[in-house]
Amino acid sequence: MTHLSKSPWILHYDASSCNGCDIEVLACLSPLYDVERFGIINTGNPKHADVLVITGGINEQNREVVRNLYEQMPDPKVVVAVGICASTGGVFRECYNVVGGIDCIIPVDVYVPGCAARPESIIDGIVRALSILEEKKNMPAPGRATQGGEK
Amino acid sequence: MSRRIIVPFGPQHPVLPEPIHLDLVLQDERVVEAIPSIGYIHRGLETLVAKREYPEYVYIAERTCGICSFIHGMTYCQAVEQVMNLEVPERALYLRTIWSEYSRMHSHLLWLGLFADAIGFENLFMASWRLRESVLDVLEETTGGRVIQGSCKVGGVRRDIPGETLDRMVGDLAGFERDFREIANVFLHDESIIARTRGVGVLSRGDAYHLGAMGPTARGSGVAIDLRKTGYAAYGKIHFKPVVETDGDCYARCAVRVKEVFSSIDIVRQAAAKIPEGEIEVKPKGNPNGECFSRAEQPRGELVHYVKGDGSRHLVRSRIRTPTLTNIPPLVKMLSGCELADVPVIVLSIDPCIGCMER
Repeated sequence: MTHLSKSPWILHYDASSCNGCDIEVLACLSPLYDVERFGIINTGNPKHADVLVITGGINEQNREVVRNLYEQMPDPKVVVAVGICASTGGVFRECYNVVGGIDCIIPVDVYVPGCAARPESIIDGIVRALSILEEKKNMPAPGRATQGGEK
Repeated sequence: MSRRIIVPFGPQHPVLPEPIHLDLVLQDERVVEAIPSIGYIHRGLETLVAKREYPEYVYIAERTCGICSFIHGMTYCQAVEQVMNLEVPERALYLRTIWSEYSRMHSHLLWLGLFADAIGFENLFMASWRLRESVLDVLEETTGGRVIQGSCKVGGVRRDIPGETLDRMVGDLAGFERDFREIANVFLHDESIIARTRGVGVLSRGDAYHLGAMGPTARGSGVAIDLRKTGYAAYGKIHFKPVVETDGDCYARCAVRVKEVFSSIDIVRQAAAKIPEGEIEVKPKGNPNGECFSRAEQPRGELVHYVKGDGSRHLVRSRIRTPTLTNIPPLVKMLSGCELADVPVIVLSIDPCIGCMER
């Protein structure tokens, strides 16, 4: 484990969720689940974040917002799609304004099932994302591997 | 006169759990005007009535919002039941009342936590959410779901609460009330909270009424509108008074919600004492043919479900109007003239539920 996976900061964005998964993501921060014991902090700033946690599917208006947030995050980064809506569109898949899951816009690393996803599974998903983050860190990424002094 | 600038607020913002965008027109540090724009989480779920049969649509109605999901499902069921002239058994109506009040407690505790967070009082945020977990435990035990319950159906409810469980729930409420009283004292009497909320975002009684404020936003300004008084479910047989505050500022709206949790505890106690034995559902026969408006009091205000059926398994139209939508014009009114640093507190004071509003 390095400093990155010991203290990952997450950015939560509600794409088009019903709120169910959102409040469960927030419940993870509360004393019962307390993800801060893993060093996880919820930040509002994409430039501070390592893990992007998205709830809800993509629709026409938030498409650019999600892409924007993802691009603003520094490399390496991982994306966790929380709940069935973020994974596939869920019960709203057939709605006229829903495009689909998060993976139709940005690459997703971990899918967390459930409607609404339970805090236990969300924490599990984020912890899994951390090992992916670790792998990505060791992988030469374009634009990052060439920088000097990083060995 | 200094130059006017526009500061964008949202859709992604540290204080907002959900996306809404406001263009804040500033003159120095004062907000001259706030222009909201919405649509970031619009799904268009009302059109799903064409693809789901009317008993299945309860699940979609519940997923309009994950916070007051039970009340959404219940209001939809009430509308369909009225169209089909179904006589819902008394016990089911009481169970709906009990679950509605537990939803209200969990929603208000959630809001109190977020509000404390917006003020920067993180300890209180954690305390509120810790207590909220005990409400969620009851919901999970009795319905199977923490935030999406799925326990309401057309014609009644899906699960019964056994007598001994109900007794235990009422017994546990005493401890819950004691714990909540501690938090409530902080919300109502703490100096730093009063300093951040008193006189901030004032909405006059007239404005609240004419701009269509609903729920605690209206009651905080002295407008005593509480849909539970119309007596849907078992509320007609329960004694309670709408909680009303008159100052119309953020403190008043917070106080209304704090006191409503106590009122909810009382309603659950009364309902548990009066609940009759008997069936919990009637089987619907045939298909809905006709239309109906059904109204209920959500934690945020008046919720309206409209359904229209033509005698087939699929409804022709469903229309949902949620309280947050009607609370946006009052919010815009509160924001004009406030300081930029107070914007997060004022936005949260209406308890915005964007998931509901945009559906």
